[in-house]
Amino acid sequence: MTHPVLQVEDLRVIHPGPVTALDGLSFELAAGQVLGLVGESGSGKSAAALALLGLHRGTRTQVEGGVLLHRDDRPVLDLNRASDAELRTVRGRELAMVFQEPLTSLDPYRRIGTQIATAYRLHTGASRADARLRTAEVLDRVGIDPKRARDYPHQFSGGMRQRVLIAMALALRPRVLVADEPTTALDVTVQAQILRLLDELREETGMALVLVSHDVGVVGGLADEVVVLRQGRAVERGATARLLGRPEHPYTRALLQAVPRLDAPLPERDAPRADDVLVETEGLGVDFGSVRALRGVDLTVRRGETLGVVGESGSGKSTLGRTLVRLQDPTGGSVRFEGQDLASWRGRELRRRRHELQMVFQDPTSSLNPRRLIGDSVAEPLRVHGGRDEAKLRAEAVGLLERVGLDAAHADRYPHQLSGGQRQRAAIARALILRPKLVVCDEPVSALDVTTQAQVVSLLRELREEFELTLVFIAHDLAVVRSVSDRVAVMREGEVVETLSAAELTSPRHEYTRALLDAVPRLDAVGVN
Amino acid sequence: MIRFLLRRLLGAAAVLLALAALTYLLFYAMPGDPAQLACGKGCTAPQLAQVRHALGTDQPLVQQFWTFLTTLVAGHGFSTGPSTVWCSAPCLGYSYQSNEAVTQMLLDRLPVDVSLALGAAALWLLLGIGTGLYAALKPGRWRDRITNTVILTLGSTPVFVMALLLLMGACVWLQILPFPNYVPITEDPAQWAQNLLLPWLAIALVSAAGYTRLTRAGVLETLNQDHIRTLRAYGYPERRIVLRHAVRGALPTVVTVAAMDIGMVLAGAVFTETMFGLPGLGKLAVESASTVDLPVVCGITLLAGALIVVANTVADLLHAALDPRVRI
Repeated sequence: MTHPVLQVEDLRVIHPGPVTALDGLSFELAAGQVLGLVGESGSGKSAAALALLGLHRGTRTQVEGGVLLHRDDRPVLDLNRASDAELRTVRGRELAMVFQEPLTSLDPYRRIGTQIATAYRLHTGASRADARLRTAEVLDRVGIDPKRARDYPHQFSGGMRQRVLIAMALALRPRVLVADEPTTALDVTVQAQILRLLDELREETGMALVLVSHDVGVVGGLADEVVVLRQGRAVERGATARLLGRPEHPYTRALLQAVPRLDAPLPERDAPRADDVLVETEGLGVDFGSVRALRGVDLTVRRGETLGVVGESGSGKSTLGRTLVRLQDPTGGSVRFEGQDLASWRGRELRRRRHELQMVFQDPTSSLNPRRLIGDSVAEPLRVHGGRDEAKLRAEAVGLLERVGLDAAHADRYPHQLSGGQRQRAAIARALILRPKLVVCDEPVSALDVTTQAQVVSLLRELREEFELTLVFIAHDLAVVRSVSDRVAVMREGEVVETLSAAELTSPRHEYTRALLDAVPRLDAVGVN
Repeated sequence: MIRFLLRRLLGAAAVLLALAALTYLLFYAMPGDPAQLACGKGCTAPQLAQVRHALGTDQPLVQQFWTFLTTLVAGHGFSTGPSTVWCSAPCLGYSYQSNEAVTQMLLDRLPVDVSLALGAAALWLLLGIGTGLYAALKPGRWRDRITNTVILTLGSTPVFVMALLLLMGACVWLQILPFPNYVPITEDPAQWAQNLLLPWLAIALVSAAGYTRLTRAGVLETLNQDHIRTLRAYGYPERRIVLRHAVRGALPTVVTVAAMDIGMVLAGAVFTETMFGLPGLGKLAVESASTVDLPVVCGITLLAGALIVVANTVADLLHAALDPRVRI
């Protein structure tokens, strides 16, 4: 092994409580090497990433063990014991970090060029002019027009902002880059671009990379070595191909199995009758000012079927979903539900039938009222529709919570006391309590990690049989969509480019679908069968 | 931007029109005859009728209001017995009680309130932002708590009590300042500042509390945001993070509220003016209301309304200038 640049010894992170988030992580990282840290939420991977830059300082979290920075094969600084001033000189300069939330990780009040240049000048003492040159250079390198240095963060998309953050890191030529879930908030095509960029930069600059993710697929394509974390402990580690190809620990195996795969066998299921149409859209258009979110969408949803909707962010998926449940009025065309134009539902008719259309949202943290008990939130729709008998309402809410895999005790908790997966289960229970005919799920699992994702998906599969639901399942993850859907509609720029059956998804006719498929990180490419 | 200003201008016109109508209605419905008051005791019936005619109060309400509006945009001549005084637009009417055009009366007093508002605002911003930052640097510690207690105590003191305490302290016990006596800035800037120091302090000490809390909360909230973590990860010194970046997050709110508060003081600080004997709008408002000098009261109400509308517009413009995400 070549000289390490970073050596981590028995790293422990203890949150106040005390809760041990990370319990003894050790690794060595050489120049140009990529280490993958994989685990579910709560496995301690983010706690580890933050500890590498000493970012727990100033919080009530305790960090033990050593994070040794090497130069010329000698440890020169233990970040965990360094003074604040010493730590500041290496942050950014030697170790840089890219975060999970590109949307919020940049200062909204400053131009992106200024942000990059300031970080650069802070460590190099370069003149303003030199810093501006370097900023233009790195922006260009990450694929952003240097002219846009004068723009503010909100003028960029999520993927572009992540590029800006990478450029900021790149400017100082750090020896180690820590990327904490760098692509989780981005859709597949952008994810593939960012991962490719990181790999190229590693090659060019020889920096070492610590790649943290819940998605084995993301890590698998890039990492030389993978450490699997579970409840703060490294349960398995090894060369990527070996670890993913022949996992030894049952947990690693479970993690791999949970990853939705495009080559997984499709569950057998009777296709819904093609002539029994529940929802039909005709030339559906939605304009927001000059932005055309939907442009003439013709789509049918058959009774009892699950229609998947895929596409990049901004393709109009969510607008379509909202329009189908009449949360958004079309500016053109129509939505017909059981043969009736949804726009014709007004006043009392709308109130009476609203419950037939329900929606499950992406982020259960913000779609459940944080100040209400779960049980109350789930029973709320009944109350809105005239339920008065509190004991009966509660019984019904508890019954549904039990049906989605929670229990009566959860009814008396607040959303923040539940995990992400449990919150999404509660949100599903709330959508189902009125026995809807159509449920639109808008990215219901993309905020969850792979294992939880698999559980929620299989729950939806069971529920749709039991409640005779028709589902519209919106997601950017093609493998997840394929695993639940009967048919899949592919959207781009407000239009449906093609609709195909789940089985046909992997051999699409349209080139755009092909491009989406190619962007999915492939486990089989790294030796996983 | 232009559209925003136009929209605001139209909105302001509507607000001011409604305000004028309401004030008129209120005074019309009030007991007491302005003509009787103007004419004085021992006024004969024909004299009273003459005064009524001169005042225009013999006209129906709508007619009176219309005259008021046309006077505002076109000016009007007012007969003062032997001669006629021409009041040019924007004419807010003529006060027969002080024999002066209302517009002139207001213009004479406005500089007092402008001096009062700007000086006080500078002080309260300095105090509020300073203490807010001081408290935010070590939240929950003793200095945070002490700042909070002191500022809250000051903030919950009525301004006239504060004024009294300051007057007693500075002018009676310590005798470091003479009793304030307003001097225009055009006459002697040093005297102007010296005489306004206590009024400024009185308003600032009471108003600073809100700014302390806004700054403290804003800074603490910003410090918890992701982009601050990015700065830390790039080795920015903590002082710089707080003083430049976290304050930046609190600034838009602070500035917006300040612009509106300044508007309020401009429109007349009754208590402060009364306590310190400042010849400002607030004092004039109280005097004219008690003597039922309708044109003056109406004029002050409209000016105050206009100032507050302007302050609100300025607040919005400042907010947009400070936060690149806000577009108007």
